[in-house]
Amino acid sequence: MTRPITAVNDFVVKFANVNGSGSASANGLFVKAILRMGVPVGARNIFPSNIQGLPTWYEIRVSGQGWLGRRGGVDLMVAMNPQTWDRDVAEIEPGGYLFYDSTKPMPSSKFRDDVNVVGLPLTALCNAAYAEPSKRKILKNIIYLGALTFLLGIEREVVEALLAEEYAAKPALIPANIEALQIGFDHARDHLKPLGLKLRRTDKVGDRIFVDGNTAAGLGAVYGGATVCAWYPITPSTSLAEAFTAYCRKLRHDPETGEARYAIVQAEDEIASIGMVTGAGWNGARAFTCTSGPGVSLMQEFIGLSYFAEIPGVIFDVQRGGPSTGMPTRTQQSDILSAAYASHGDTKHVLLLPEGPNECFEFGALAFDLADRLQTMIFVMLDLDMGMNEWLIEPFRWDEERVLDRGKIMTAEMLEAGADFGRYKDVDGDGIPWRTLPATHPSKGSYFTRGTSRDPYARYSEEGAVYVDNMERLLRKFETAKSLVPPPIVRRAARKTSYGVIYYGSTSPAMDEALAGLEADGVAVDALRIRAFPFEGEIFEFIAAHDLVFVVEQNRDAQLRTLLINEGGVDPARLVKVLNYDGSPITARFIQTELAKGMGVPKTRAGEMVR
Amino acid sequence: MTYIAKPQFHHPSLKHNALGFTRRDYEGKVSTLCAGCGHDSISAAIVQACFEIDLEPHRLAKLSGIGCSSKTPDYFLGASHGFNTVHGRMPSVLTGANLANRSLIYLGVSGDGDSASIGLGQFAHAMRRGVNMTYIVENNGVYGLTKGQFSATADKGSKSKKGVVNSDSGIDMVGLALQLGATFVARSFSGDKDQLVPLIKAALTHKGAAFIDVLSPCIAFNNHKGSTKSFDWVREHNEAVNRLDVLMARMAVTASYEPGSLTEVTQHDGSVLLLRKVAEDYDPTDHAGAISYLQHAHAAGEIVTGLLYVDPEAEELHDALGTVKQPLNALSDEELVPPVAALAKINAGLR
Ligand SMILES: Cc1ncc(C[n+]2csc(CCOP(=O)(O)OP(=O)(O)O)c2C)c(N)n1
Ligand code: SF4
Ligand SMILES: [Mg+2]
Repeated sequence: MTRPITAVNDFVVKFANVNGSGSASANGLFVKAILRMGVPVGARNIFPSNIQGLPTWYEIRVSGQGWLGRRGGVDLMVAMNPQTWDRDVAEIEPGGYLFYDSTKPMPSSKFRDDVNVVGLPLTALCNAAYAEPSKRKILKNIIYLGALTFLLGIEREVVEALLAEEYAAKPALIPANIEALQIGFDHARDHLKPLGLKLRRTDKVGDRIFVDGNTAAGLGAVYGGATVCAWYPITPSTSLAEAFTAYCRKLRHDPETGEARYAIVQAEDEIASIGMVTGAGWNGARAFTCTSGPGVSLMQEFIGLSYFAEIPGVIFDVQRGGPSTGMPTRTQQSDILSAAYASHGDTKHVLLLPEGPNECFEFGALAFDLADRLQTMIFVMLDLDMGMNEWLIEPFRWDEERVLDRGKIMTAEMLEAGADFGRYKDVDGDGIPWRTLPATHPSKGSYFTRGTSRDPYARYSEEGAVYVDNMERLLRKFETAKSLVPPPIVRRAARKTSYGVIYYGSTSPAMDEALAGLEADGVAVDALRIRAFPFEGEIFEFIAAHDLVFVVEQNRDAQLRTLLINEGGVDPARLVKVLNYDGSPITARFIQTELAKGMGVPKTRAGEMVR
Repeated sequence: MTYIAKPQFHHPSLKHNALGFTRRDYEGKVSTLCAGCGHDSISAAIVQACFEIDLEPHRLAKLSGIGCSSKTPDYFLGASHGFNTVHGRMPSVLTGANLANRSLIYLGVSGDGDSASIGLGQFAHAMRRGVNMTYIVENNGVYGLTKGQFSATADKGSKSKKGVVNSDSGIDMVGLALQLGATFVARSFSGDKDQLVPLIKAALTHKGAAFIDVLSPCIAFNNHKGSTKSFDWVREHNEAVNRLDVLMARMAVTASYEPGSLTEVTQHDGSVLLLRKVAEDYDPTDHAGAISYLQHAHAAGEIVTGLLYVDPEAEELHDALGTVKQPLNALSDEELVPPVAALAKINAGLR
């Protein structure tokens, strides 16, 4: 028998459940309880589909050190789904633990002899206590939560307090839940031994909050002054529109009349969504849609129109894998190129690349200022991992003094004072023209909006020179964008090195851990996190300053690397691809191993860690 | 101004409306369409209608898709902002614009290809939502701009200029608009200005989704024998069910009429629609009756025109959304950005 794994505040628990069995709430309580004990947690849902009855997993990384990326491997499997039993059991680390419902005897061939089997007669306990099927279904989850509370040393009072909070609105349900918790706890105490995996109270959580990126981005849109949201449901972006709706209901009604200071329309498809955003942006409202790759594909024509006609708008693209039935519930960073160069004609677009919920909030608000300032479509590129999973992050902050930047809008007063209004005229040398909103002035400032074929005064023209002139101005505007978008963040290694690594988006938590691991091994590598496209000079200086730069991405085709090569004329040989694109979030182990390999470091701890 | 207006000869005898504007103030640039194109007559009717209802030109926003018809917003209301969007998607852009500022008047101009072929979905959904707008389809049964291919409103059996017979059923936009919940539905003919101008006036003053299907022959590609969208064919088969006069709110109803011959419909803004019956048994406030009448007439090969349906009590999208009266694009930072204290509370709820 392999030695049982022992660890305090540092292990991975995975729940294998059946979708629709009510497990999500019990699993959520499990995580919250650990957080309340001051122990950081990274938690991820893995759900092949939203359909009831299909398998769903919840993977929890407990890390007293605060590493919140996926670690890989499972130390304790809570196997509650017979359909996935074999693969779930196979996933457990040697010496790990298998927690299961032992009501029905199972043949010994179904177990592994290098894992510790912890059986609880869950169904029997539940059926003995409850007669009603609905109660049995829900409370079964609380019973296993009770057992785990004992087995891992979770403070029971903490779980009880959470249950009371959870059902604060329906207090009648509290006693039954507390009782179910006790059934599980008592049975485990009387019949089982605590596991080698232990939780111990610390103070590593602080005032951090636990929230998903879609919620954060929806809230960011509220703070960013968005008033029009047009969207079409698609996983994994739907909860962003839902969060915006929920926060608007709370925060955006006229206190006197109760009327809404926002308009949300569920459109008939993504083309209509982006059309509405375009119309609202043209008319001076801050408008957005949220979608995923398939939606961005459908929106292409309008994105081009926004580029050429210079209409503000925001697209939150919560990236997932593949089209159609592909991998819609898996995470990827695979829309980078299709967003950056969306549409026909010569176009390129501003992308913001948040690293997690904090920046989803921050960039979610900033995007609207940028859209108005640059008069163009701004993409905020989330992905399923940060969008739909709750992450432990610093609390949201907002500067009370901050004002919304509405960009260059020519007013009736300016027109009255004799301003020379040319809708597509570069008066300030930054490539950004002034615009008027419809109905600004009875006789001045109106213009006819079209895609191309017009001169700086918006007069129809098909002359080649006029067209080229306008296209050059659009490039100047894109240059201006470089100074407005969030700059990259550089982290220098402890000593001088000729190796660099570039990464972005939800790779951050895994990268933090990988960099710490490399440093602990004495391997030096400078890191740069890209936060936006267009790429500003510092990014290319970073590349130039290193002999070899790894570009870590979660897609197959190294899309950001392609963008770097294309936009910066970088020698491809200097940019090494490090790619994870199987649909599950990238891990520190993977990054550390790949980088070590690439640097020819003979043997790092990372190498040993990878199983 | 960024448009070139036509030379302004203000003939002293030019009539002024209540705002002091002449008809010329409602015009736009010189049309580039084929001489004699039905679409130009519709532009002229729009100019006339806006002049007559004393509309401040800059308070109207004009939007269109792509096509000869969709080019026309450049040729009227030069003081209004206009938006030539993309093919078949004007309805969504207009919807968004309307969400941003409910205080303007929205005029959508489209073609039968733009609205019945590529844009059928968006047309349908804008009607369903009750977007407060006037939506005019300049219906010629062909794609004028791309040189005469059949559009989805071409009748089954009608012949193209090259002699090809259309074998697909034609889409009846009026029937669709009625089914989909448009609250003002009319049909007219570009060659009948007396009928068309009051219909546009009524549509512009209607609260809710107002749709006008205007048969507008394409003289370049669809005005031959065998076409059911030619001037001759439409004239011969045109059956008006009523004649309309629009009285703006401040005008009193003075003329006296024979009892029974006239229906008065008071709209949301106080304007009065005076409808003189032509077809004895046609009631434009009876939704189901209108649908059935139109289907029977269609089967008999008639092109029914006039005000076909109106619901003067109609609601619009903003009523359903419960939005503030103020335009959303005019809300201040204070009205949009929640206080920092609210964020502290949200943070607390996420621990
Ligand atoms: C996406 C797209 N597809 C095709 C076209 C080409 N196109 C331009 S106008 C038009 C048809 C217009 O027909 P209709 O709306 O009936 O207008 P008309 O010219 O007859 O007034 C087409 C197919 C386009 N502009 N965009
Ligand atoms: S091609 Fe037909 S629709 Fe187009 S302008 Fe000429 S007549 Fe009018
Ligand atoms: Mg046509």
